[in-house]
Amino acid sequence: MNPPTEDGHYGRWGGSYVPEVLHDTFKRLKEDFAAAKADPDFWREYVELMSTYSCRPTPLTFAENLTRHFGGAKIYIKREDLNHTGAHKANNVIGQGLLVKRMGKTRVIAETGAGQHGVATATMAAKFGFECTVYMGEVDVLRQRPNVFWMEKLGAKVVPVTDGSRILKDAINEAFRDWVTNVDDTHYVLGTACGPAPFPEMVSWFQSIIGIEARKQILHYHHTLPARVYACVGGGSNAMGIFQGFLDDDDDVELVGVEAGGHGLSTGKHASRLCSDDASPGMAQGYKTMFLQNNDGQMLETHSVSAGLDYVGVSPILADLNDKKRVRFESATDVEVIEALNLTMKKEGIIPALESSHAFVQAFKEAPGLPKDSAIIINQSGRGDKDIFTIAHALKDPSWKEFIINEAREYQQGESK
Amino acid sequence: MERIYHQRGPRISAGGKQMKLEENLRRRRENKEILLMTHLVLGYPDFDTNREVIAQMVENGVDSIELQIPFSEPVADGPVILKASQESIDHGTKVSECISFAKEMVEKWDIPFLFMTYYNIVFKYGEEAFFKKCAEIGITGVIVPDIPPEMGESFYQFAEQDGISPVLIFAPTSSDERMEITGKCSRGFVYCVPRKGVTGTKSEFGEELTQYLARCRKHTSLPLGVGFGIQSRADVEALIGKADIAIIGSKTIKLVDEKGAASVGPFIRHLLGEK
Repeated sequence: MNPPTEDGHYGRWGGSYVPEVLHDTFKRLKEDFAAAKADPDFWREYVELMSTYSCRPTPLTFAENLTRHFGGAKIYIKREDLNHTGAHKANNVIGQGLLVKRMGKTRVIAETGAGQHGVATATMAAKFGFECTVYMGEVDVLRQRPNVFWMEKLGAKVVPVTDGSRILKDAINEAFRDWVTNVDDTHYVLGTACGPAPFPEMVSWFQSIIGIEARKQILHYHHTLPARVYACVGGGSNAMGIFQGFLDDDDDVELVGVEAGGHGLSTGKHASRLCSDDASPGMAQGYKTMFLQNNDGQMLETHSVSAGLDYVGVSPILADLNDKKRVRFESATDVEVIEALNLTMKKEGIIPALESSHAFVQAFKEAPGLPKDSAIIINQSGRGDKDIFTIAHALKDPSWKEFIINEAREYQQGESK
Repeated sequence: MERIYHQRGPRISAGGKQMKLEENLRRRRENKEILLMTHLVLGYPDFDTNREVIAQMVENGVDSIELQIPFSEPVADGPVILKASQESIDHGTKVSECISFAKEMVEKWDIPFLFMTYYNIVFKYGEEAFFKKCAEIGITGVIVPDIPPEMGESFYQFAEQDGISPVLIFAPTSSDERMEITGKCSRGFVYCVPRKGVTGTKSEFGEELTQYLARCRKHTSLPLGVGFGIQSRADVEALIGKADIAIIGSKTIKLVDEKGAASVGPFIRHLLGEK
């Protein structure tokens, strides 16, 4: 992958538009990150820690039943769900944790949408002994209660953000406000390949471990490169992670990013920045990219069944790869996502997160049309079983509903005693 | 009201040019210990209230006003301005309305008006078109906190081209080296943020501030404005001799929320040390 320009641009996108208070902090962060990146011992320590504290390398699973079901390309699934804390988020967070140690800071803050990044950050903070505050939109706090519970049990302070649309972008704004106030001892562990430079590069670098492994694994099992690689795209970190293993194979491997189509692109209720007509170039949250915004430049409300993809912007690196036609972008609707999730559970005994299920949708659409001797990889960025409340609700499962009602009744009775 | 411009020199309107912000502020500063700059969020609670508040401000002696065009992601702002921005956008405030309103105010009142906003608003409008529009309607300066010099080559060029002063920011975390860069790029005055954090929280105006402002002074010959957390006459007094402009932000918004537009005049007089 080409490095960004000196000032953090990828083609027309990216850059580092930070408030003056943070200017010197970013300067130091850029220097410290560059030094860490150039130090082979740093990467070695990272890989070592990921193999003992998380489950790296994560397996590449051949989905035999799904392959037979669709009758086309061999379907392989990269199992980021088997990371500690259940998603690829751990890669970035542990990497940044090592960087924080190197920089000598003692407090970390993070934003979170689905809660995965928040849980991962709280976990990392517990392990490294950092103080930790996580900002989470109030809407997301409500729909991801179990993750809030774990963050708090892990010792983090969770702050519900009640401004704006009360989702991921608002949590990012609030984390920035914390950072400008507590810049001396605090590092902001940004959760995705967005934000001001050097974050897109940094997060993508830590996530590149996915692609490095996946490339080795597919060559081992399939003896040749995959025809296509699929990843869901919210901010874009899991996609950047797996794509980097294949970016240089222009002629052989097609890369497909799948955005949240919500209720459908024509309804306006979605979070598709690169494959809808509702996004346009803009600059917010410290970087330039395609944003879902109106003609005045005000950000629009986004919608997705998955909190982790419910975001107005997208990685500047992916926006650039879109310009260069190196990555093709598609979208999957909420309804399609639930169908793909159902099928994957039944056929393979694997439960992808709602976010990851977007990638499965597109792969399932295309697999039948590909030759049987070809292979495709789907990046399963996270596990779905922790989303039991959301998924059970989305599946409209009657016995689950009854269980919740009974539980609630028991709590109410318990309190009245 | 007699126009200062007419008394003191030409306000060249034919070429769309007018007295530059810095010059205007310096003239005002000649007979005052310190200037007072105020701020409001356009369209909050509505334009009629904005009109009334501005009248209260100007008639009671404010030297310059920042008109904030609301943006949905105001990262540099604290809860008061954040909420005001959101409500303004929610009830439909458009950038074009903000511009028409600013034009009306410039025509009516004889003080320099600035736009405060975020870069995306300018970017979407088109940098060149935005500054042309500012020049056309008589806005003299802009404060856009998220377009640092190294990211804003064309932004600062277009501003210069149309004679609009981009006001840059010094922060306590700015190194001497950084202040040299931002100081050179700034026009009109330099906005000195006295502490870390966002707008709307009380600042301590002690010895540390004096030293900080002395450091700011070393790095620019432009007038120094101090904002973030000025709430009383004592705060303003603490700045006399150390800075040129006291900037009041969220305090007046809170005041209008709580006591209405008519309470702004007495508050301004209090800040100016008048009864």
